[in-house]
Amino acid sequence: MITIHVRLFAAHRDIVGRAEMTVQQETGATVGAVWERLVAEYPSLGRYTGRLLYAVNQQFAEPGAVLQDGDEVAIIPPVSGGARRIEPGQVCNRFNPL
Amino acid sequence: MSKVSLSNEEIARYSRHLIMPEVGMEGQRRLKQGSVLLIGSGGLGSPLALYLAAAGVGHIGLVDFDVVDASNLQRQIVHGTSTVGMPKTESARRRLRDLNPHIEITVYETQITSANAFELMRGYDVIVDGTDNFPTRYLTNDASVLLGKPNVYGSIFRFEGQATVFAPQQGGPCYRCLYPEPPPPGLVPSCAEGGVLGVLPGVIGTIQATETIKLLTGIGEPLIGRLMLYDALGMRFRELKLRRNPNCPVCGENPSVTTLIDYEQFCGIAPEAPAIGGQYVITPLELADWLQRDDRPFLLDVRNPYEVAIASIPGTDKLIPIDQLPERIHELDSAREMVVYCRSGVRSGRAVELLKQAGFRKVKNLEGGVLRWSDDVDPTVAKY
Repeated sequence: MITIHVRLFAAHRDIVGRAEMTVQQETGATVGAVWERLVAEYPSLGRYTGRLLYAVNQQFAEPGAVLQDGDEVAIIPPVSGGARRIEPGQVCNRFNPL
Repeated sequence: MSKVSLSNEEIARYSRHLIMPEVGMEGQRRLKQGSVLLIGSGGLGSPLALYLAAAGVGHIGLVDFDVVDASNLQRQIVHGTSTVGMPKTESARRRLRDLNPHIEITVYETQITSANAFELMRGYDVIVDGTDNFPTRYLTNDASVLLGKPNVYGSIFRFEGQATVFAPQQGGPCYRCLYPEPPPPGLVPSCAEGGVLGVLPGVIGTIQATETIKLLTGIGEPLIGRLMLYDALGMRFRELKLRRNPNCPVCGENPSVTTLIDYEQFCGIAPEAPAIGGQYVITPLELADWLQRDDRPFLLDVRNPYEVAIASIPGTDKLIPIDQLPERIHELDSAREMVVYCRSGVRSGRAVELLKQAGFRKVKNLEGGVLRWSDDVDPTVAKY
């Protein structure tokens, strides 16, 4: 088993309730496996699958990247930015005002 | 050497730049000769416009079609109480004109679209993305890549922000190298529930302004190929090294996007909020009446706890924030009549869909949410 430090950002922090966590993974686990494990624990994360930026030890990484013991995985969802009220269901409120 | 010259007035104004050898007369001339298009004159656009104007960027273009609202002033510091109700471009132009009469300001009171993006952007050296929605971000990215112009990116969410410079022509990635496709609609972070710390766009916008000035003057190490992540609560900066994606649909080796597309469609924008079947909708007046009767429904609030502290509908039975609903659906009784509400009816519409998929049949969405409740039933409930 290997220990992986996970860093979460933006809306993921709300879903998980934390900005960082430590998980144990099988030796040889990939970045994608860490994500799948998080989704299993927090199903609301599942909707971000395939739309994520991953970094391992602060370097851009593909989901297939194999992790080493002690690696830090950052998972960054897309953030549209701005401060308008965008409710879930309204991705692009400028074109779809409330 | 830059061709433009500085007047004695300008020399006096920019003296704190001029006495730094890294900028000096040549750097200041480059700023004066430079041009920047700011897409958005809001939270990010405000500090950007102010600092770029103050720095003496010779030509600043502002694109925005919005109007200044009192709720903008918590963070959009280029505007003021006296310009509430005015187009943001005009409000910003007035402030910038006062700040620095030596620069040229062009305002475009319009929405940037696939039809006008090239025309708007072509005459500028640097494009700055200060927008707040995915279609405009993808449009800005694609158009910048296709025109070969650097795109200074910033994005904010509550207490967190990101900034980078997308410049494939200088070896860095573009936005699509990171996120080739937009998140599916209806499944996106709720900035909303969020809002933003007023000073946060100040931090991110000034990072963007710094990078813009570096690009124009050619000094320092640009934020290309690096994503700066800022966490205001932890007061931490984190830097991620990025790289170009050879399969990027826009800047990759075999690009599939070679001209601008329909970005609203690309982002899956429906013209209306997702329609909920008639039997699954209830108006505030109908609900108010129903709540008085013996067979009153179970009233579920799917907002966040801090929104409850602002305003609520009296008689609410339970609060389950929408993000927790999939995990907590078992706490609800599908046999009982239920009405779900949120601030405006969007999140609760999604909740109703979720509940329907989970087998709930006696569930209705409160149309217009707390906002309509305040309008139609009880004006003492605050609108936010």
